[in-house]
Amino acid sequence: MYTQSMDVPSDEVSASPALSDAEASATFDARCARGEFIEAKDWMPAPYRQTLVRQISQHAHSEIVGMLPEGNWLTRAPSLKRKTILLAKVQDEGGHGLYLYAAAETLGTSRDDLIAALHSGRAKYSSIFNYPTPTWADIGVIGWLVDGAAIMNQVPLCRCSYGPYARAMIRICREESFHQRQGFDLLHTLMQGTAAQQAMVQDAVNRWWWPVLMMFGPPDQDSPHAETSVKWGIKRISNDDLRQKFVDAIVEQAAVLGVTLPDPGLKWNAARGAHDFSPIDWTEFWQVVNGHGPCNRERLAARVAAYDEGAWVREAALAYADKQAARQAAAVTPATERRSPP
Amino acid sequence: MSGDLVDTGLLGPAHLPYLLRLADGSLILAQRLLEWCGHGPVLEQDIAFANIALDLLGQARLLYTHAGAREGRGRDEDAFAYWRDEQAFLNPTLVELPNGDFAQSVVRTYAYVAYQHGLWPALQTSTDPALAAIAAKSHKETSYHVEHLEGWMIRLGDGTAESHTRMQRALDLVWPYTTELFTEDTVTLAVAADGLGPTTAHLAEQWTGATQAVLATATLQAPPPSPFRSTGQQGRHSDHLGYVLLEMQALTRAHPGARW
Repeated sequence: MYTQSMDVPSDEVSASPALSDAEASATFDARCARGEFIEAKDWMPAPYRQTLVRQISQHAHSEIVGMLPEGNWLTRAPSLKRKTILLAKVQDEGGHGLYLYAAAETLGTSRDDLIAALHSGRAKYSSIFNYPTPTWADIGVIGWLVDGAAIMNQVPLCRCSYGPYARAMIRICREESFHQRQGFDLLHTLMQGTAAQQAMVQDAVNRWWWPVLMMFGPPDQDSPHAETSVKWGIKRISNDDLRQKFVDAIVEQAAVLGVTLPDPGLKWNAARGAHDFSPIDWTEFWQVVNGHGPCNRERLAARVAAYDEGAWVREAALAYADKQAARQAAAVTPATERRSPP
Repeated sequence: MSGDLVDTGLLGPAHLPYLLRLADGSLILAQRLLEWCGHGPVLEQDIAFANIALDLLGQARLLYTHAGAREGRGRDEDAFAYWRDEQAFLNPTLVELPNGDFAQSVVRTYAYVAYQHGLWPALQTSTDPALAAIAAKSHKETSYHVEHLEGWMIRLGDGTAESHTRMQRALDLVWPYTTELFTEDTVTLAVAADGLGPTTAHLAEQWTGATQAVLATATLQAPPPSPFRSTGQQGRHSDHLGYVLLEMQALTRAHPGARW
């Protein structure tokens, strides 16, 4: 249904300059309600545009900052096969960042502006990347749980009302599900290994479990942007529903791996047909969101340093491109026209 | 790849060190390039260096696996990468030098991939058929690497005053290490005599022609020839390789016998 609606001509709303704001807005809401895709050139309410820029750029920044905790193990991956897999994965994250910045740019904000917002602290990225990766098992757990939670969050976005975002998400979700399987495979190998390797996995699961559950965002009653996002087809499933779906899926996978999820309150509730779990410590979540997590400062500092230290490279590339353009223009202009005026 | 071909043992005493020189060169350069991942000057460049590093890792893995099969002592790719000490590594010193700034990384990587670009076609007629097959596959990859690095050599050499200064400084630092790539020794002489690989003279001619043209377009000057010779291919390394290996091998060596 959604792929079909991508091909539906959108004259109805593109013609909106002739309509009043109220009419355009009503038409827009009706399109969202019908599940149509909104495209870059279509009329859209300013808050819809702002919400998308915020969400897509936040997602792009998360991909780029997310390269850092995993990149921490690139030089130390314990086999050439695992090194290859990890490098390909981190490279994929960079690619996701690129598609997402491009999707955000279709809404009229440049990549430079989005990056400036990240570096100044105005824009956020996923808090999960403010945790450290002290052991090799962290790489497996990031694939299994962090990418697993990301997929749970992102699959509904493949049906997001904004076409460029939805299409980027289709590709990203495919790659993320591959990453999740690779993470599971890494952990499964460790769990078949020595006692030290098994302990490494359990320790990593213990550290990541609660931060991963926080990735779905605050409980529904505390989600400030949820209501309009649902109306506009940007958000289709609530934070709490996604979190529940994730817990139910992971419990079975943890059993296959042979790891214990660190929650004594986690148990099957036959009446609900779902797992109950203990309350989440949202104080920690807000602390990390507000800049006081274990790695907030160093993650942002690493991004800012890369950007600042690369400034001369970007300037040189632009200067060279300008020189080339001038040389080409000179080559096609007859010599007589190139003479400077008397 | 080597599994598809009949491995009939080593063709003379230079065969294993020769394969290891090539494999170690690719691995150590990959290890240096992936240090850039997440820290490059622009997102597209993080992706490009990661891509090149992935190709280099792939070359190293094929060459190690083949070397282990020919050697017949049960060593696999990880035995070569993780369980040899510094002096058993035979990469040229060039690839183990620290990354430095982006200019230094570009010049070093360009110097080595331009060398590989002359090497792989010559290896396609090697008397070692698996090596010839690996060379054929690698040549396609290296052609892209050379194109990418040439682009940066020229863009930065002929970009701004600052980029030009940085590139010239990098060239002065890195270029003396390239002499080792073309220095004749018992291994290269035996390799050429057995038809395993090209002569160093052939490689020097290819490389010099290609790099001179690029340096000229980039408005850069190669430093004058110097009597300095690095000796990484003999297993005598700079101060830097020890740290590269310490980091690369630490986890694996902390768990002998473990599978990953």
